[in-house]
Amino acid sequence: MTDKESKEIQVKPKQELTSPAEQTRPGLVFTPNVDIFETDTEITLLADMPGVTSDNLNIDLRDNVLTLTGEVAPFEEGDEQDIVIEYEIGKYHRQFNLSSVIDQSKIDAKLNDGVLRLSLPKVEKATPRRIEVKTG
Amino acid sequence: MLYRKFFNVPSWGFSKSFRDFDRLRREMDDLFGALSGGTLPMPSAGVFPLINVTEDTNNYYVRAELPGMKSDELDIQVTGNGISISGERKIPMEGNNVKYHRREREAGTFSRSINLPGEIDVNKVEASMENGVLKINIPKSEAAKPRQITVK
Repeated sequence: MTDKESKEIQVKPKQELTSPAEQTRPGLVFTPNVDIFETDTEITLLADMPGVTSDNLNIDLRDNVLTLTGEVAPFEEGDEQDIVIEYEIGKYHRQFNLSSVIDQSKIDAKLNDGVLRLSLPKVEKATPRRIEVKTG
Repeated sequence: MLYRKFFNVPSWGFSKSFRDFDRLRREMDDLFGALSGGTLPMPSAGVFPLINVTEDTNNYYVRAELPGMKSDELDIQVTGNGISISGERKIPMEGNNVKYHRREREAGTFSRSINLPGEIDVNKVEASMENGVLKINIPKSEAAKPRQITVK
């Protein structure tokens, strides 16, 4: 990461969701940018969801499919008129297939400054174990 | 379609070619829509962060999405009728023995300046961060505010 930190951030327009399923509600849907990493004991997911509050965030895990959904309210208040609009807001939606077996009772989610941090601990038996090879 | 009505063309062959033309036009629209990302109604300056500027009678509002950033990591300067936002988005290391599946979130420095369409009150600019969205309130100067004229 250190080599990345000095570089300038390039503009990356929000990715609109291209889903095989048709949307049943109007409005734009974006896929949040995520980091996913794994240690021996857990999988951690970080998602950029600016504008989402904890009340409007929905995390769902069933049949090893993790679904993140976040609603963002329109930013204009009162009688504000748009002058320049470079980014749109909408719903965030993204699904992941989790390969390891997750201990659903220990999932922990934190939302700080528009970044979701989701800790998904693996169940005991899924953590890798070193197998001793015996001779003889 | 107006054409046909205008010139009173009776042949159905004509209408077929019009239909083809319509379809072509729709396909072109789709293509160009896809190229521009499809979601940006206005061209962006191509500088991070992307901003939205709005106004009401008394203020300009500048908003930018900066997830994970704290207000003290931002440097906001006001000059004349412009404003500049700079800072560095840091994504801390997550330990040495982690294996990444996805790494889409970006870290790095940024600096952006914008000019507002009217005069602003430099002393009363206020900025706040909420849920990763920066909002800057920029009061208009007295001269730039619209004035209601009563007709006598």
